[in-house]
Amino acid sequence: MPHDHAHGEHEALIIEDEAGNIDAQIVVDALQQVLIAKGLLTAREVTAAIAKLESPGLHLGAKIIAKAWSDPEYKKRLLADGRAAVQELDIPVTEARIIVVENTAQVHNLITCTLCSCYPRSILGQPPSWYISKAYRARSVREPRRVLKEFGLDLPDDMKLVVHDSNADMRYLVLPEPPLDFQTLSTPDLEAMISRDHLIGVARDVA
Amino acid sequence: MTRFAVGDRVQVLALRKEGHVRIPHYIRHQTGCVTEYCGTYLNPEDLAVGKTSGPAVDLYRVAFAQRQLWPDDLIPPQDTLVIEIYDHWLTPAQETDHAP
Repeated sequence: MPHDHAHGEHEALIIEDEAGNIDAQIVVDALQQVLIAKGLLTAREVTAAIAKLESPGLHLGAKIIAKAWSDPEYKKRLLADGRAAVQELDIPVTEARIIVVENTAQVHNLITCTLCSCYPRSILGQPPSWYISKAYRARSVREPRRVLKEFGLDLPDDMKLVVHDSNADMRYLVLPEPPLDFQTLSTPDLEAMISRDHLIGVARDVA
Repeated sequence: MTRFAVGDRVQVLALRKEGHVRIPHYIRHQTGCVTEYCGTYLNPEDLAVGKTSGPAVDLYRVAFAQRQLWPDDLIPPQDTLVIEIYDHWLTPAQETDHAP
């Protein structure tokens, strides 16, 4: 991120999740050892569970967005009921509801979770480390335009910025505007242009 | 029948609750506008202590003017923040100005 302002000390890029908690890791490791020793669990099952957690990712999000751009009826369903529309694409959604928020020429959407790290994980996998940093969680609601500037996105003053704090049961995806020439592009090309940052809203133009 | 409808002006309560509370401090006392009814969900304040039998509570999405949330003249007037608030944290708004 380019910086246009002076910091004293940079906040350490600490990830405040359970995995960063050494005490908890010791307990988890001990529990796993006991379960494996008792034959209730195998190491292979543990790695398979981790692989399953990590198998969703940007590729699924990009598939949803490219489909919405190329199929107006699908886009309507996606905006009306995100979870059902995502499941149409054979993506298993474990979240209660997915709310898709659409960027337009006048509106930009930004997703955050100020209380922890809520994220549409069954679609996008694990969130990036900055998303769960205390700095992003606090600043994305307090000074979102400045945060976006640090990501290289300078929103015009007359554009409406809507910040969505996913503090409870909903999970969010941003539907970016399609590139101008999207009708001439193949689906794989379109999907390759979509980044995770577009789906969180820290990036805007898909080009 | 839900207590609030889309478009209703509501104020977020500052309940003195401890534990797994999902209503951040920055939004308490603030007045906003209901934008969506999300359905009923088990209360995370109960779930966190193993109480999984309910009752389920109504959840709303509520929009707030960013300028109202933060003391900052540089914030464009049209910028908003939308957050999910459970029914028991809401009360009908007393005033009628500050529409987001």
